[in-house]
Formats: sequence, C-alpha cells, structure tokens
Amino acid sequence: MDKTISFTLKVWRQRSPKEKGCFKSYQMKDIPTDTSFLEMLDILNEDLINKGEEPIVFDHDCREGICGMCSLYVNGHPHGPATGATTCQLYMRRFKDGDTITVEPWRSAGFPVIRDLMVDRSAFDKIMQAGGYTSINVGGVPDANAIPISKEKADLAMDAASCIGCGACVAACKNGSAMLFVSAKVSQLALLPQGQVEAARRAKSMLHKMDELGFGNCTNTRACEAECPKCVSISNIARLNREFIAAKLKD
Amino acid sequence: MWLIDSSIGRKVVMSVTGMALILFLTFHMAMNCVALFSEDGYRAICEFLGANWYALVGTVGLAALMVIHFIYAFWLSWQNYKARGSSRYAVTERPKTVEWSSQNMLVIGIIVCIGLFIHLINFWSKMQLVEIMGDKPADGVDLIRNTFSKWYFALVYLVWLFFIWLHLTHGFWSAIQTVGWSSKVWHKRWKVIGNVCITLLILGFASVLVLYFGKSLMA
Repeated sequence: MDKTISFTLKVWRQRSPKEKGCFKSYQMKDIPTDTSFLEMLDILNEDLINKGEEPIVFDHDCREGICGMCSLYVNGHPHGPATGATTCQLYMRRFKDGDTITVEPWRSAGFPVIRDLMVDRSAFDKIMQAGGYTSINVGGVPDANAIPISKEKADLAMDAASCIGCGACVAACKNGSAMLFVSAKVSQLALLPQGQVEAARRAKSMLHKMDELGFGNCTNTRACEAECPKCVSISNIARLNREFIAAKLKD
Repeated sequence: MWLIDSSIGRKVVMSVTGMALILFLTFHMAMNCVALFSEDGYRAICEFLGANWYALVGTVGLAALMVIHFIYAFWLSWQNYKARGSSRYAVTERPKTVEWSSQNMLVIGIIVCIGLFIHLINFWSKMQLVEIMGDKPADGVDLIRNTFSKWYFALVYLVWLFFIWLHLTHGFWSAIQTVGWSSKVWHKRWKVIGNVCITLLILGFASVLVLYFGKSLMA
C-alpha cells in the first residue's frame, strides 16, 4: 500500500466575477502521495458532486506542463512550491500529513476571477494580437541553414519561446506586471532575423497593449523569474527595455 | 510623451534620476573623505562650493532630480497597487532570489527622505542656506565635530546610511536593467559591481562619522 496523507484544503470560492469570494475548508482523508495536485482536486470534486454540492471550478488541459492552462496559487506560490514546474506537475508527496494547503486564484487586475479558481487570462491573447507575430511572406520551405543563425542566438530565442503564457509571472509580481511574458514573446522574435523587420513596431504595440490592459510597471523584484514554471530569465525584460527605448528614440 | 505614458518610459525616468543621484552621492562622499585627512582641505572645499553660482545651479538640479524621483515613485507605486487588483493573497512567500529591499523600495525611500530632512537641517541650513541669505556660513569642520559628537546623531546617521545602502544595492542593478544594459551574464556582473561600489560609498560616509565620533570620545 502506498503512503497516504490527510490534510486540510483551504480553497477560494467565488460564484461570479462581481460577487465577493471567501475561503472554504475541506478535510481530505487518505490521499495517496502519488496523486497529482489536480487529481486530488478531481477526487474532492467527485465527492462534492456526490454530496450534491457545487464542484470547485479550476483551469486545466494537457496536464503535462505544456499548454499553460493550469494555474492556482498554492501556499504562496503560483504553480505551488515546486520550481520549474506547473501545477499539473505538482504531486501530493510535496506535502505532509496534517498540513493546511491554501489554494487561491491568480490575483491581479489584469486577470479577473471568472469563478472560484478560474481567472480570465484573455488579456494575454490581446497582447499577442497586438504584435506577437511575423507578417512576412515566407514562401515555401527554405533550405536548411539558408539563413545562418548563431547557436547562441538560437538558444536564447528557444529559451524565450519556452514561455507557455500561463500568467504565473503576473500572479507572482507584487505590481501585477506582465513584463516577463511580454518580454519573452518580443525576445523570441527579436533575436531571429525573421523577426527583425517588425521588431520596433512589435515592442511598442505589445507594450502599449500591456499598459492599456491595466498591468503594472516592472520594478525588477525578480519574483516572476523565480516562479516561472519554464524558468524564463529577466534578461528578456532587459532586451524588451532595450528594444522599446531604441524604438522610441528613433521616432 | 513616452516618458509619461508608457510603463518602460516611466521606469527610465526612475532609472536615470536614480543613477544621477548615485553619481552625486559619489562626489559628496569623495568630498567628505577629505575631512579624514585634512580639516583645512575640507574647509577649502566648503568655501569653494558655498553659494557660488555653480553650486547653486547644482543644488537646484539636485532638488529637481529628487522631486522627479519622488513624484514618479509615488505615481508608479499607486499604479502598481491598483494593478494588483482589489483582493490580496491570503498566503504569500518570498522566493529566495527576491531581495526584501526590492519589494519595499518606496518604504525604504521614505525613510531615506526622513533622514535627508534631518541632514538638511543639520548641515545645509547652516551652510549654504545661511550664505544665500547673505550671512557668514558655519564652519564645516565644526559642524561635523558638533553633530557627530552627539551619540544620538551618530546613531541616526548610521541607521540612515544602512537604509541608503539597502535602497541603492537594489537601485544600482535595477537602474541598469531598466535602461536595458543587461543580459544573463552581465546581470550577475552588475550585481557584484553594484554591491561593491555602493558598499564602498556607504563605508566612505560612515568612516567620517565614526572618526569624528571616536575623536569626541577621546577628547
């Protein structure tokens, strides 16, 4: 028989964006430590449904750390206490018997709560639509290495592109700033020749969209970088600052 | 105007005014340290600056930098507070790589300003201000000796210096990051350079204080 733990789960319940929310406690009994955090919530929800209560609403999709759909602010950390992992990659073996586990939604003006633990992250889509793409005609598939890109640059671009857009950076930031997300999305293109053509316009319009949607100003606390499930570096923020300032000085 | 209506622009204003203030403190410290070696030398510097036109231009410029840095600090903090939303987290935990000072720059800055107020009353109001009014300014060395012979002023100034150290060790690399002169490698280098420079700066100020407090104990 696997090891099991019992603990108290404090979950934020909120019926709609306008209504006031509050914490509700649930006693979890004999949960196997091999259960993932989301499976544990599934167990609780099944129980709630059987009892005729409203299940807890939370976001999830691929459950393998790729899609960026899961969220949850667990015990003071976006995506829970594990580093470099999403909530769906979090397992109950991280917790001890008798613990109280507090689960909250992302809290930020840019991410209003829809219900319970689910927040509206469509602000990120709007920022992407503002310029997170290339609109050049690429034609057919080019020959390999037709456009030489140094290994160093390719690595940096890939590291920036590892951002899954989950919003943990905003959730972690005391200023509710989306700079890590925006900088990763600007960097992944700014580092490559294909992204150069629209680089200045992209940096300006994505940043303006971010400001317009009510995200805060970056104060370099590095909380975003520490909590990012993909360990995206704040050196991307420096690059975005550079790109933006250069674009504005050229105007 | 992008220095007002974009988040990066507003941060650039904080960064540039902050860097200018660090530069001022460096000169200030260098001039203070003259008092370690030669009291006559320090008096000569006080006389050279005094209420001459270039010193007045410098003072006005400095005051402007301070005011801009201050106004933007409150403005940014207010915007950031609003961006956090109306409900706060019940449980928060600071990750290891996040410095405490980086999340409390406004509070530390306000404490530094209180210290500055005391400092202006102690020194500036008896030196440059008196000279602007047309009177003879107090002797700089006497002022240092009198102020730091009192244990409570020595203590207040040491605490003040500690808070300036907290503010600037974050402010230094943060200012450089904001204007974009940083990368994965240079981030670590700037942090080391910043910590060394700011620690030397604060030790420079503290050495004058400690020397004159020590002298007062001997006398």
